[in-house]
Amino acid sequence: MTAEFRGSASYIATAELMAAVKAAAVLSRPLLIKGEPGTGKTLLAAEVARSLSMPLYEWHIKSTTRAQQGLYEYDAVSRLRDSQLGDPRVKDIHNYILKGTLWEAFEAERQPVVLIDEIDKADIEFPNDLLRELDRMEFSVYETREIVRARHRPLIVITSNNEKELPDAFLRRCFFHYIRFPDEATMTSIVNVHFPNLKRGLLREALTTFFKIRETPGLKKRPSTSELLDWLKLLVAEDIDPEALRSEGGKLIAPLYGALLKNEQDVHLFEQLLFLNRRNAR
Amino acid sequence: MLVKFFLLLRASGIPVTPPEFLSLLEALAAGLGESNAERFYHLARTCLVKDERHYDRFDLAFARHFRGALDAFEELSRELPPDWLERLAERNLTEAEKAEIQSLGGWDALMETLRKRLEEQKGRHEGGSRWIGTAGTSPFGAHGYNPEGVRIGQQSSRNHSAVKVWDRREFANLDDGVELGTRNMKIALRRLRRFARRGAATEFALGDTIDATARSGGWLDIKMLPERRNVVKVLLLIDVGGSMDPYAQLCAELFSAARSEFKHLEQYYFHNFLYERLWRDNRRRGGTEKPTLEVLRTYPSDYKLVLVGDATMSPYEITHAGGSVEHMNPEAGRVWLARLLAAFPRFAWLNPQPRRAWHHTASIELTRELLDGRMYPLTLAGLDEAIDALK
Repeated sequence: MTAEFRGSASYIATAELMAAVKAAAVLSRPLLIKGEPGTGKTLLAAEVARSLSMPLYEWHIKSTTRAQQGLYEYDAVSRLRDSQLGDPRVKDIHNYILKGTLWEAFEAERQPVVLIDEIDKADIEFPNDLLRELDRMEFSVYETREIVRARHRPLIVITSNNEKELPDAFLRRCFFHYIRFPDEATMTSIVNVHFPNLKRGLLREALTTFFKIRETPGLKKRPSTSELLDWLKLLVAEDIDPEALRSEGGKLIAPLYGALLKNEQDVHLFEQLLFLNRRNAR
Repeated sequence: MLVKFFLLLRASGIPVTPPEFLSLLEALAAGLGESNAERFYHLARTCLVKDERHYDRFDLAFARHFRGALDAFEELSRELPPDWLERLAERNLTEAEKAEIQSLGGWDALMETLRKRLEEQKGRHEGGSRWIGTAGTSPFGAHGYNPEGVRIGQQSSRNHSAVKVWDRREFANLDDGVELGTRNMKIALRRLRRFARRGAATEFALGDTIDATARSGGWLDIKMLPERRNVVKVLLLIDVGGSMDPYAQLCAELFSAARSEFKHLEQYYFHNFLYERLWRDNRRRGGTEKPTLEVLRTYPSDYKLVLVGDATMSPYEITHAGGSVEHMNPEAGRVWLARLLAAFPRFAWLNPQPRRAWHHTASIELTRELLDGRMYPLTLAGLDEAIDALK
């Protein structure tokens, strides 16, 4: 691969993230991405694919997903039904083998990006079942005795929310990067990408308020980048005055903070702090 | 040179393996980490570290291996205004840590020792557990592990751009020794689940149905089976009041995590130690009490017993009849604990105090002895150990 991922018009990548993507691409190892919710883990694969103009294959994992489903599935029930109805298709088993995301990616014309999203949602054995497939980029189809090999080794991006520990054998084969929460400078450039015409004053005040809320001790779910972007959207739509965001005398006022706090305990805690601050300010 | 780094990483407790090390070398050979220390640092981390909880250890090891003596020590001001330190501590320490400082003789004693050490000490120091410097476990110096540590030489005066990335140790609170939220607790407790199919048959059993249909020559014969349920049973006893107050939040989190994770969860409260009564309600008064004997009789021995408490009290409260601070107990606390342990052979005690503080307290040591050592700190790692003991 010659091109290099440098973020894109709508996605700000830090130097460490770019280095990780590059290492994964050059050595063709799967890249495991972790990080706080809302820091752009899932977006990464789409942005890499778009900026390097590679096809993207997404595989979203649920708690019931099995590794086999990413390779292929044999639809025995349809075949049984067709045989009862005398459908001629029943003679050819290939008609009942449904290709999974990985199979499709393996057959891609150009080197693709494969996103395996939220791998930790699946059963604890799930990553182990994919070891060989990710290592050798091939698998065998038992029903037809054929072996499917990747035409171009895909760049695999795996995201995890840390709900389950991943097995060591799996981790050994991956590169790993933890997307850390953006600092104020990075955050400013992220916001600039999304709201190029935002009033400077509003942005500064909003960011200050946002980081202050994040630092509130004891929050169950701290607001993240995507929530900040939602909140800014609301602020812009409501045309809130930057002055309204400013802390006056230790007061912390955040209009529309429902976009930032997603948990009734957090909202409650926040209101209590507001109350305390007001009382202290008197 | 890198082999030494690799060995150092292993020695620091990061589970690196030779294939990972080789892939780092491969990446270097491909020219990925050239010309720039920071790029090399990122590359090495991507290749070698697979868990953000180990980032902090990696940063430490990286700094140790690659950095010559940086002179941050000059920044250490030798004249420390005591009230500044105290204000800093008010901001940075949790209630539990403050309590621990009190246990070490309080602020004044700590400051006195600090002053003495400053006078004794001449040069920069790093690591170790006595001198003032960075990254050690002594109570004094920046970035340390000691909870009562005093941050020195890390204020805004430090030129931020000069600090190396790995020196900032921004992942320190991702290390797995630290406290945990409900979600993490749930995940940890989940390891205790044991599934079994019991009760009414409500789920369609595909395999059995196909089998039965084939046997009856193609006549559809539908088979059902009971739903899979978590059958693990937990008896949770939590210490409330007194010395446990700083840990109330932690206990509440553990409780809420446990309640949503286990269908069969029975929970009682006790005060300081186990005696002839337990409480259902943590306000502890007013009709919710239940004789411990009845609890022993009520729950079968396949309940797993989890005790949560700091076990910090006068040893007499454990060893002697009449030792309780609240009432006249006819039998000693240790007798009651022994009865509980005999009734529920799968047990663990979770102590919210950090493990390294345990040997300071005689009653903790005593309780650990009574428990055959099955006491674990109330952190993610400790919870994992406890669950192994309960299995």
